[in-house]
Amino acid sequence: MPCYDEMHGWNGRTDVRDVYEPIQRWLEESPPELLEARRRQAEILFRRIGITFAVYGADEATERLIPFDIVPRVISQAEWAKLELGLKQRVQALNLFLADLYGPQECLRAGIVPEELIWQNPHFRLEAVRRPPPHGVYVHVAGIDVVRTGEDSFLVLEDNVRTPSGVSYMLENREAMLRLFPELLERQRVAPVETYTDALLATLRSVAPESTRGEPNIALLTPGPYNSAFYEHSFLADKLGVELVEGTDLFVRDDVVYMRCTDGPRRVDVIYRRIDDDFLDPLVFRPDSALGVPGLIGAFEAGNVALANAPGTGVADDKAVYSYMPEIVRFFTGSDPLLENVPTWRCREPEALDYVLNHLAELVVKEVNGSGGYGMLVGPTASKTEIETFRRKLKRFPEGFIAQPTLALSTCPTFVESGLAPRHVDLRPFVLTGADEVRITPGGLTRVALKAGSLVVNSSQGGGTKDTWVLAE
Amino acid sequence: MLSRTADSLFWTARYLERADFLARILDSALRLSSMPAAKVGPNTWESVLASAGVADAFYAKRQTATERTVRDFLAFDPDNPSSIYSCLATARANGRAVRTALTHEMWECLNDAWHGLQNLDAGRTGRDAFTHFLEWVEQVTLVFDGSARRTMLRNDAYWFLRLGGASERADNTARILDVKYHLLLPEREQVGGGLDHFQWTTILREVSALTAYHWVYRDRVKPWLVADLLILNPQMPRSLASCYEVTTNYLDLLAEAYGSTGQSQRRAHRIRAQLASARINDIFQSGLHEFITGFLTDNAGVAAAIAEQYLV
Repeated sequence: MPCYDEMHGWNGRTDVRDVYEPIQRWLEESPPELLEARRRQAEILFRRIGITFAVYGADEATERLIPFDIVPRVISQAEWAKLELGLKQRVQALNLFLADLYGPQECLRAGIVPEELIWQNPHFRLEAVRRPPPHGVYVHVAGIDVVRTGEDSFLVLEDNVRTPSGVSYMLENREAMLRLFPELLERQRVAPVETYTDALLATLRSVAPESTRGEPNIALLTPGPYNSAFYEHSFLADKLGVELVEGTDLFVRDDVVYMRCTDGPRRVDVIYRRIDDDFLDPLVFRPDSALGVPGLIGAFEAGNVALANAPGTGVADDKAVYSYMPEIVRFFTGSDPLLENVPTWRCREPEALDYVLNHLAELVVKEVNGSGGYGMLVGPTASKTEIETFRRKLKRFPEGFIAQPTLALSTCPTFVESGLAPRHVDLRPFVLTGADEVRITPGGLTRVALKAGSLVVNSSQGGGTKDTWVLAE
Repeated sequence: MLSRTADSLFWTARYLERADFLARILDSALRLSSMPAAKVGPNTWESVLASAGVADAFYAKRQTATERTVRDFLAFDPDNPSSIYSCLATARANGRAVRTALTHEMWECLNDAWHGLQNLDAGRTGRDAFTHFLEWVEQVTLVFDGSARRTMLRNDAYWFLRLGGASERADNTARILDVKYHLLLPEREQVGGGLDHFQWTTILREVSALTAYHWVYRDRVKPWLVADLLILNPQMPRSLASCYEVTTNYLDLLAEAYGSTGQSQRRAHRIRAQLASARINDIFQSGLHEFITGFLTDNAGVAAAIAEQYLV
């Protein structure tokens, strides 16, 4: 399958795109031993700082590193400018969509999204109906997965609007590049990413509830050190200068949230929560949850605390709802989507199902509620038996699946065992929405599938990461 | 700050202090065991277990105390919650849970130490390698301590860390004295001879105080001066008096910052006043053993009061 290469343009060409010129020169000038030495240094660096992710079910000794590739992924200013507008529009639409779903539900009455898709959605929270969050913001932090399939073709693969992670890698990857290759970064004007944490702090402060007295007290709520993203939680809390709290550090009295401090209880106004809806409040959601805070939802409903993201956002990043995003964007913003979706067959529609069943070998089929690269069929690389198993699943429960064409994700030169080779990449920019404005840090997290030909970039499936450069001129 | 964070800082410091203490008593035991047996007395390694306060746990595993078994138990045994291995691993787990309260340098020290422990097998063989391991452990605690001093904000986080260190240190010094008190009793001096000299200097080595002793007293090693140095001399950083200067100092800072005084301040000040007014002769007269036992109880009482007042 022909695919676009970030460095060379269409695959097979040997000339180099302007934006990669300095990187090409650097790769030619640097002796391979030096690059190899630096690559190992990077690994030691990450291990020392402790940028690891825990593997579920394994003990602490198996904290894993996400492989870091030293060849950056470069985005021109013009490309970024377009992406940025598209991302803002999309996240704005997602927020308006949620406000509508939990409010007047005009989009359902207008038939933009089928009602049953919402009512049957496990992430639709009755508790959130007609209880708008402080300042009306639902999705404060969004991670929008974007793939590139051509010179001008950037498509949204997935919206992540629950508790998207990965931003610490965006920040630490740049730190590593600055430490290891300062001379390379000097050659080009690369937009800084370290402003992200300031932007996040400004976003969280902007949504503090009316009842806040003085400076809002912000806390980051983590499930604890055994969570796979714990490193990121503590990293962000540190950079934000806010307390990193676990459920047991908080308690609710008279619908007000407090944290247990050495000098007595202190009121909490904004919680950047990195635990899922289900575990937020055992009184409302899962009674067996030991992670949450009893009474938290009561305090939220009373308007005494802002939760970022608000409860119930999961209904908007469901893969079946995703397929309606172009219509949702048009309905709520009044303009055509600047960033397109990947074409999607909704298996719930009989004609689409028919098509999908007849073309399983060339399509990617995903579970509507799946994530992390689990539970999907990649037709072109699947065995006959896998395809037949999936066919039965599809027939039994078509509503649970969508299908997409197998995309030729763009590739980027990457260091592998045999040297430099093209590997498929995607991009997750982070979009922050406050009461005041939408903020986007130029760049994002570039994930790379390290196996030759693989299209799955998830870290749980052996993916790595790269530094992402948005050029400033 | 969060109570849980303060608790973790307090305990991180305690575990590191304990790791350092274990390394020092193992180090002095190695030295002692290379002396001619006649001068050293019966079993060095049994007394090491006693000094470390883990004899019961050791014998529960039905082992005999030899250099190898005691070394393994005190340094590497992950099942012994007080081994150097466990102390460093627990300190790191604690530190990881409250990383935001540690500076970069402190965290890297804990994390490096933990990674060092993961590829440790080399340290088990040979005395050279083991001595090297003990030096490494002392380095880890020095780097952690120094990083804290050089990089931490001087606020409650720092104070809780220092309180944990002082609490554990006082406990360790008192335990050494408790195990060895019979060597320090005045009548032993009549016996004289090489045995006692080696035993006394060993006590000083165990708390890294041999050089300090000579500077302070400018005298040969005498048992009551050893006791004076380790109990009452505020210049000696491991003495009980010095630990209580530190403890009351940081508890006062907490009281001032939080605007209230409680049990922990009252108890600590009482102990400090006792140590300040005591004379070593009086302590010997009313019983060194009783004094030490009383101190261990009081010290644990202060730690409990700190926990109740701030850490839960």
